Amino acid sequence: MKNRISALLLGTALTFASVGLALAQDKTAKIGALSDQSGLYSDLGGPGSTLAAQMAVEDSGLLAKGWKIDVISGDHQNKPDIGSTIARQWFDVDKVDIIVDVPNSGVALAVNNVVKEKNGVYINSGAATSDLTNAQCTPNTVHWTYDTYMLAHSTGQALVKSGGDTWFFLTADYAFGAALERDTTAVITANGGKVLGSVKHPLNTSDFSSFLLQAQSSKAKIIGLANAGGDTTNSIKQAAEFGIVSGGQKLAALLLFLTDVKAMGLDVAQGLNFTETFYWDMNDQTRAFSKRFSERSKGHAMPSMVQAGVYAGLRHYFKALEALGGNPHDGAKVVEKMKSIPTEDDLFGKGEIQPNGRAIHPAYLFEVKKPSESKGPWDFYKLVATVPADQAFTPLSESKCALLKK
Amino acid sequence: MQALYAQLLVGLINGSFYALLSLGLAVIFGMLNIINFAHGAVYMMGAFCAYFLLNIAGLGYWWALIIAPIVVGIFGMILERTMLQWLSGLDHVYGLLLTFGIALIIQGIFQNYFGSSGLPYQIPDALRGGMNLGFMFLPVYRGWVVVFSLVVCLATWFLIEKTQLGAYLRAATENPTLVRAFGINVPRMITLTYGLGVGLAALAGVLSAPINQVRPLMGADLIIVVFAVVVIGGMGSIMGSIITGFALGVIEGLTKYFYPEASNTVVFVLMVLVLLVKPTGLTGRAA
Repeated sequence: MKNRISALLLGTALTFASVGLALAQDKTAKIGALSDQSGLYSDLGGPGSTLAAQMAVEDSGLLAKGWKIDVISGDHQNKPDIGSTIARQWFDVDKVDIIVDVPNSGVALAVNNVVKEKNGVYINSGAATSDLTNAQCTPNTVHWTYDTYMLAHSTGQALVKSGGDTWFFLTADYAFGAALERDTTAVITANGGKVLGSVKHPLNTSDFSSFLLQAQSSKAKIIGLANAGGDTTNSIKQAAEFGIVSGGQKLAALLLFLTDVKAMGLDVAQGLNFTETFYWDMNDQTRAFSKRFSERSKGHAMPSMVQAGVYAGLRHYFKALEALGGNPHDGAKVVEKMKSIPTEDDLFGKGEIQPNGRAIHPAYLFEVKKPSESKGPWDFYKLVATVPADQAFTPLSESKCALLKK
Repeated sequence: MQALYAQLLVGLINGSFYALLSLGLAVIFGMLNIINFAHGAVYMMGAFCAYFLLNIAGLGYWWALIIAPIVVGIFGMILERTMLQWLSGLDHVYGLLLTFGIALIIQGIFQNYFGSSGLPYQIPDALRGGMNLGFMFLPVYRGWVVVFSLVVCLATWFLIEKTQLGAYLRAATENPTLVRAFGINVPRMITLTYGLGVGLAALAGVLSAPINQVRPLMGADLIIVVFAVVVIGGMGSIMGSIITGFALGVIEGLTKYFYPEASNTVVFVLMVLVLLVKPTGLTGRAA
């Protein structure tokens, strides 16, 4: 009986102790970099994103101020169920505070729900779907780097205005492709253009000839590639083979990353127009960061915009933690603080996080250089136009985010 | 209707790759009784070999067509000598597991060094451009792939079914002890056969390098489909795997036209149907 009582007392004491811990602010943080570590998106996110997260921790200066910050990484294998299982385990068992990166819109949306349920922080830099800050926005999510609305408006609008008024889509058959096609179609029709048709191909397809033939026979002026990674590079490569560009049709790579251009080679990629929000060779700050990054990255690769977004998003997260005077381990509270501080970093410049969680910053329309214009192994882009931060992303008046209807 | 012709032709092109790969698998299974899951990995090694030959040794596509299958074939023979030969007589599962593990290791190593996006490889100058067939624009390179792989497939079939060497091989699988009694070195023949099967996969890899990205996972994506092709054609049947390879390429091409969302699964639906109706495959003999 005596033992029982003491056990009961001890148990109660422990419970109170752990509640006390949970409420207290402390100077620890645990970051989970969740990405595709081995599949088609692993070069644009993957291990490079984990490295970017580590660099953000080192550069924040918090370690010198007595903070203890850990970075762990996980492989979601492009499967929503695996992604949400890892996220759940990270919150429940590993006591992770924040999840970053998460390319693949399907996985990103699944993780979005878990983070909200567990009241963590979610800075998504890898996924494209604009739904993260639209219909599916949460008080725990910040969407950095880019989204389908931004891609559609920047690239789509530029092409329609330069005469490309009929389109045919090659669309990756999952959440991302559907969102990108939807957002681009809206831009095309709003600017007086017309969509003649589209074909949905499975994710990770190696042969696009059937789809390209359908696009060719549609006689559309622009073939919009609403896909990403290896799917985009294969489409572009094979389109050249089937004489699509020489036949007068133009390709619009709606989402293209630095690593894709590297993989295709300038011979194939030259002349493509597309939009990114970060390129290593923009100014002294981006060059300095990228040099440090490439010294430590696999194959000495330059950072992609997704990896840059992981870095910049985390730096802003640390600013919020410092402003709060410690980590409250309360995701919604930290994100609220992040929204109240204007963003400013070396990689994306000045901007802000809107109430729906959308981080806004300038976007850049690039053109891939000709092989003769390139001066080095990563010298790929020339800047065509800059879209200011307040015009690049969904206007708040159009956002369907529930957080805006207070 | 024009579009349909075009899709048929495109299907035939993909079918060439299926045929070349499933042929190698069928040869290896028929002669060695090994379910070679490392086939996708050696296909990938063929493509990488072509890339290295060009960028390190300065040897172009035509050299790669000859050298890559030999180099990768020798790699295959080393595998057979050092590992696979100890599995003869054991259940199929052991060979399957071993080769699957080897495939994962090879792919992992390549991925570690070259990432997942892949490396560029250009179409050789002599095969650039295309011709207008009226119903479609046929890239010269694709036409070359169909013709070349058809020739290679038929030559392999001829080698195994119609020559003295092929007769020895087939006899050695039926009754190794008796063939040995005639003074023929059976283990060496088996090693050479494995090298041949692997070399065929590497050849397919070189053929595909200019069309697809040279990527560490290029074989992993393809190998499952190719296994379905072999199962449909009948395990171990040489002609069966050639014909099914081309036929399934065409069926897949048509699916891409009529219902593209299902193009990844149609081969497996067919496989299930064939297994239900004729478990030995379309041309396979009962065990």
